[in-house]
Amino acid sequence: MANNYLKSESKQLATWYFTFAAIIFGAQLVFGLVAAIQFVMPSFLYQILDFSIARILHINALVVWMVFAMFGSVYWLLPDETEIETVGIKIGKLLFWVFAAAIVVVVLVFLFIQVGPADQTTIWFITEGREYIEAPRWADIGIVVVALGFVANLFLTGIKGKQTGIVTVLMADMIAFSGLYLAGMFFTDNISVDQYWWWWVIHLWVEATWEVFVGAIAAYGLIKMLGAHRQVVEMWLWIEVSMLFGSGILGMGHHYFWIGTPEYWWEIGALFSALEPLPLVAMFVHVLYDWGKTQGAQEAHHEKVSVIKNRPAFTWFVLNAFGNFLGAGVWGFFHTLPQINLYTHGTQFTAAHGHLAFFGAYATILIGMFYLAVQGKNGIKVMKSTKLSIWSTSMITGGVMGMTVALTIAGYVQVIVERAQMGATWSGYFDSQSGAWFTQAMDWRLLMGVITFLGFVLLATDLLRTGKSAIHER
Amino acid sequence: MANKSVWSDNRFWQRTAAWVTGFASILLIWLTFDTSAQISMGNDADLKNGVTKRVPGPTVINYKISYEMSTKRGHEVPYIGGNDGKGGSLFKEKEKFFGRDDYSEKEAADLLHLGKLGSQAKNCMDCHTLMGNGAYYAPDLTKAWLDPAWGPEGSMQAVTGKSTKEEAMAEFLQHPNLYPTHARMMPNLGITAQEAKGLVAFLKHLSSIDTNGFPRNFGKMQGALNGK
Repeated sequence: MANNYLKSESKQLATWYFTFAAIIFGAQLVFGLVAAIQFVMPSFLYQILDFSIARILHINALVVWMVFAMFGSVYWLLPDETEIETVGIKIGKLLFWVFAAAIVVVVLVFLFIQVGPADQTTIWFITEGREYIEAPRWADIGIVVVALGFVANLFLTGIKGKQTGIVTVLMADMIAFSGLYLAGMFFTDNISVDQYWWWWVIHLWVEATWEVFVGAIAAYGLIKMLGAHRQVVEMWLWIEVSMLFGSGILGMGHHYFWIGTPEYWWEIGALFSALEPLPLVAMFVHVLYDWGKTQGAQEAHHEKVSVIKNRPAFTWFVLNAFGNFLGAGVWGFFHTLPQINLYTHGTQFTAAHGHLAFFGAYATILIGMFYLAVQGKNGIKVMKSTKLSIWSTSMITGGVMGMTVALTIAGYVQVIVERAQMGATWSGYFDSQSGAWFTQAMDWRLLMGVITFLGFVLLATDLLRTGKSAIHER
Repeated sequence: MANKSVWSDNRFWQRTAAWVTGFASILLIWLTFDTSAQISMGNDADLKNGVTKRVPGPTVINYKISYEMSTKRGHEVPYIGGNDGKGGSLFKEKEKFFGRDDYSEKEAADLLHLGKLGSQAKNCMDCHTLMGNGAYYAPDLTKAWLDPAWGPEGSMQAVTGKSTKEEAMAEFLQHPNLYPTHARMMPNLGITAQEAKGLVAFLKHLSSIDTNGFPRNFGKMQGALNGK
């Protein structure tokens, strides 16, 4: 590339990961729109691209783009943290192509083959049919190989270079993240055993290892964008790790209330998952405190300039602090106690929480990393927000908030009509789905989904264009 | 450094993180051993000897299953082969499943295996929920076997032209596009007759799992529309 300021191969590889992630992000939203339309108009693409397939692609695309962006983030920050070039970068590049090609094949099979006969060939080559990790077994093995290569690169670089607190946390976190995937790779006739281990992947990813990852990225971002004091930032990071793993690991009990597992999970799940929002408060305080502190220190010297080196990225990091607390913390706490969860489990309430939590906790900070990469790639000293970045941020955030509120209302209807009154039968379910409050909520959800998608189009345009804009300080 | 407080010492917090994580992980692993033993699948001997398992053996399909309030537990629990009146299952009352109530351990296990594979191969969980987990586009299937819609009091046997619950369910699964129950229709997923039988066995077995009273109040308030 002609105007590439990136000297580090690790950072160049990171931009590949970010680019692929952004494309899959778009795909996630497209399939989300298909599913949202089907709630409003059930005949849409019936027996062509059914809800089940649209939903698989919506959520798998979400997981995949986030994993790509997470790998990219690590490759991006490694040279800064360790002060050396990442070890094994050639293998890293090869694995990128293996990973991307595997994803494309899996998506094509989901799209065009969709389901198979009830035998092991389907599990190996078409779909594993286990929610969120439907990818067939061959792809599972591929993912493990790719993840091992990535973890090896991270460890070899971490050991050879300077081992900061952030790198240490990432090393521990990423090996757990990769290892946990193995818990989702077997077949059993016992659905209780199946779901018990399935949650080891799903919960211990999104409510433990991914959250710690976000803590590490936020720490890096604060040092990078504000010049925050490393010692303070890393101390906070260790406190966050204690709180996140301390609450999140046993907080898994809130998934073990109703799957055939013993009653003691009620108490364990309730106690520890009720503590899960605490570290999210800590992370929120951490980001805003460091911002105020560095800005205040500057103003004490009578300098009125902002300390923020990358406005759009920092906006997304602050949105992460808010969104993580609101989406994962508050919306999660709403229905985490077993007395409430008995009625809300498996309703649109969960969907509302899912939308705001994944956006607030992960999408925000990873979009922030996209902007850091744009800044680095274009050799920008201080990056400003463009009109496009402000519009896209507002539309995406507003759209996701709108979807969340709509789904929460739909959830209330479902809980009261289907669960509290009708006792979760077939007819109870459809009575709840036919109520005016429910159907109107689904209309609003679709509208807000469209706004989110338009916001994404602006975001993608901004990411492609802003690097060349003249408003930044170079 | 003598005056530096331990509370602002990174090493202290690093060690705290390691200890807390280690302790939580060890507790989780210990609980996993206990839970794994409690949720291991029972067998035919358990059912014949009146041993209650949280996840009964596959031959539970030979028995009548109900879901009733247990005063002992304070919520509904599945009863297998009748209620002994003391909060436990009687394991006596049989129920014909596709005309038979004498499936051997192997036959029943094969049916359940086929059904569980089918539930994954057809992506059931991406529209329905099973034990509340899955997608929210279609009804929860945890106690679908006991849903009044499929019983003699419901409409689905007449709609599918079948005279038993299991045959009605199997017929529906093979041709769901022919029997709309709502504007949201299940698509035809190419489910064969044998696969449908396996799936119904899977659903019957699923309804016998002790889910700590989830879902609550199942099917007890039929027709209670609009808060009446």
